[in-house]
Amino acid sequence: MSAEVKLDVGTLTVSASPHIRCDESIAKIMWAVNLALAPAALFSVYRFGMPALTTMILCIIVAMGTEYLIQKWQNKPITINDGSAFLTGLLLAMNIPATLPWYMPVFGTVAAIAIAKHTMGGLGYNIFNPALVGRAILLASWPVAMTTWPQMASKIDGVTSATPLGILKLQGYESLVAIFGDKVTMYQSLFFGSRSGSMGETSALLLILGGLFLIYRGYIKWQIPVCMIATVGILTAAFGHDPIMHMMSGGLILGAFFMATDMVTIPITVKGQIIFAVGAGALTVLIRLLGGYPEGVCYAILLMNCVTPLIDLLVKPAKFGARR
Amino acid sequence: MAKTFRGGVHPDDRKRYTAAKPIEVAPIPEKVIIPTRQHIGAPCAPVVKVGDLVKKGQVIAEAQAFVASPIHASTSGKVVEIAEYPHPVFGTCQAVVIESDGQDEWISGLPLNRDWQPLDAKELKEIVRLAGLVGMGGATFPTHVKMSPPPEKPIDSFILNGAECEPYLTADHRVMLEQTERIVTGMKIAMKILGVNKGYVGIEENKPDSIEVMRKACAGSSIEVVPLKTKYPQGAEKTLIKVTLDREVPSGGLPMDVGVVVQNVGTVVAIADAVEKGIPLIERVATVTGGAIAEPKNILVRVGSTFAQAVALCGGFKEQPVKVIMGGPMMGMAQRTLDVPVIKGTSGILALSAADVNIGPEQPCIRCGRCVEACPMGLVPSMLSILGERNVFAVAKEEYNLLDCVECGSCVYVCPAKRNIVHYIKLSKAQNAAAAAAQKK
Repeated sequence: MSAEVKLDVGTLTVSASPHIRCDESIAKIMWAVNLALAPAALFSVYRFGMPALTTMILCIIVAMGTEYLIQKWQNKPITINDGSAFLTGLLLAMNIPATLPWYMPVFGTVAAIAIAKHTMGGLGYNIFNPALVGRAILLASWPVAMTTWPQMASKIDGVTSATPLGILKLQGYESLVAIFGDKVTMYQSLFFGSRSGSMGETSALLLILGGLFLIYRGYIKWQIPVCMIATVGILTAAFGHDPIMHMMSGGLILGAFFMATDMVTIPITVKGQIIFAVGAGALTVLIRLLGGYPEGVCYAILLMNCVTPLIDLLVKPAKFGARR
Repeated sequence: MAKTFRGGVHPDDRKRYTAAKPIEVAPIPEKVIIPTRQHIGAPCAPVVKVGDLVKKGQVIAEAQAFVASPIHASTSGKVVEIAEYPHPVFGTCQAVVIESDGQDEWISGLPLNRDWQPLDAKELKEIVRLAGLVGMGGATFPTHVKMSPPPEKPIDSFILNGAECEPYLTADHRVMLEQTERIVTGMKIAMKILGVNKGYVGIEENKPDSIEVMRKACAGSSIEVVPLKTKYPQGAEKTLIKVTLDREVPSGGLPMDVGVVVQNVGTVVAIADAVEKGIPLIERVATVTGGAIAEPKNILVRVGSTFAQAVALCGGFKEQPVKVIMGGPMMGMAQRTLDVPVIKGTSGILALSAADVNIGPEQPCIRCGRCVEACPMGLVPSMLSILGERNVFAVAKEEYNLLDCVECGSCVYVCPAKRNIVHYIKLSKAQNAAAAAAQKK
């Protein structure tokens, strides 16, 4: 044995197999979702102006700050850089009107992070989507402010200050089409985003692009948005409504691609996720057509979050060797 | 079209370091440390004492049970110590230490030049048993036991596992290239022992040269070479049988329940050597590799040489290893020292650098479902890890099919939260076994 051969092992790590891992991480996933939301978020700044930008930044800072304080207080590792608190802040901002007075988004964000996420045990343990809980709490606390929509600030003319679904609920389908002029213009407006609504929900196109990016990266399953949106289309058509309008309106696209896909709060198997998506789509239609609210995506997803553990209990993968 | 199975993962196979390197014969060590337990089953009892002179191939420890395999001296010399030594699988184990006399002299009569054709299945099986053969893929189950299915389990197919789906390892690959004829002979003997006519060789597509030479060697015989998609764990027995024959080993069952016996490449070569030459299992081919090894190689190494000697033969470490593994990186055993000996199941010695292992702090499960998709056994690994973490072992077994886990490690490989799922599963299995044992009392 030659003298220069190095055989000193120092201190070896001894642990159970396997000994190699892929380079995926929670932070990578969360930041990818944030990135996927970026086009729609930037578009909302373009559409609604400075209030949209300041609300978004406010929500993100408050979300990360709340998480920091809670983790500090609980003596837990600080994980505000993993992108998940950032995501909750951003998603909540995209789910509310751009014109709320500053204390409302702050209240909603603190509720989302402190109540929905950290009272449950933090990332991975929450039952409900934190951003949607924040939105639901705001809607219950300030129903008028939460349903008053800004005139759009940009050069493209905003058609109205009520949302298309709001007009549908109060004035009927004909009035809605009349406001846009004709059906094709209405569809175009919904698809490209020249309509009023919550900050992040207006442009179906940009939300779909972001969603496709997440599907391509393997972070979400295509079955979820497809099943949820298709369920809304089929059921609204079955009840004699305009399915195309319904599929592109309200928070459906945003919810289907970014909140019904929140891995922590949805079933873990693809089969379970399909059940979840169909259920969320059906509840959305029930609320929109029969309920008191014009829009039901938020509550539909929260209600399905409740049954996620049940779905996971009932829908398990087929075990190898179970069939003969 | 190469065949495949549900689930699985695609780690970089990292075989490029050694795939093209011919097997190098390691020098005979000055001292060999031969553990009396190198198989799954009961330990063997030494039949030599300190001071005895032994020859290469001489039995030094006898099997005390059916599920056990005798141990032979891997070189000639003097027995200098019989004591507890570090062991790569069992922590420590009784070992017979032989100081080499440098002659490397066979016990009289060996090697033979025997024709296997006239021998019957029973005689062949006894030769395999006496030669101390065990599964050389790493599981080290005694070969004669695997070749003795009960009469109510008829066997109709023999599969040679040439998948070598573990990253880094190239020992089987090289053996298929360099000892092709020995493999075919060994397979034919194994098939005669089992009384089967149909043989298969499953090889992953990342070894096209092996597929080609094995196809040529098997041409005109009843042995078919089956190319398999490169995907881990293609070479796990259950997935291998599923893709080769489309038969599913039932939950809790064994390959013989679907009429199949699977053997590893190294094992069938050892069968050929045992039967034709009378040589017991005293050496094997192992891949010494990993980011920390200066010169990765495939070596033919004696049982009882230490990992340190093998690493020295490969130029030592070029950087600090973080982990030393016996076997592959997905299912191998982490070692705490290089003083452990090479045993019959040592398919590889890996010295992994920090960049290779990508260890990180364990985080909570975010239920991303990647483990569920990766699991070839159709389990929910995330739940098994959470139940293990919370000490809810019985629920894991009763409601989440704990015992169906083959511990392939695919779930841990893909986990973004870096959860040690297999660790929790091993813990849960052990706790359930302990609870069952306590109940019996």
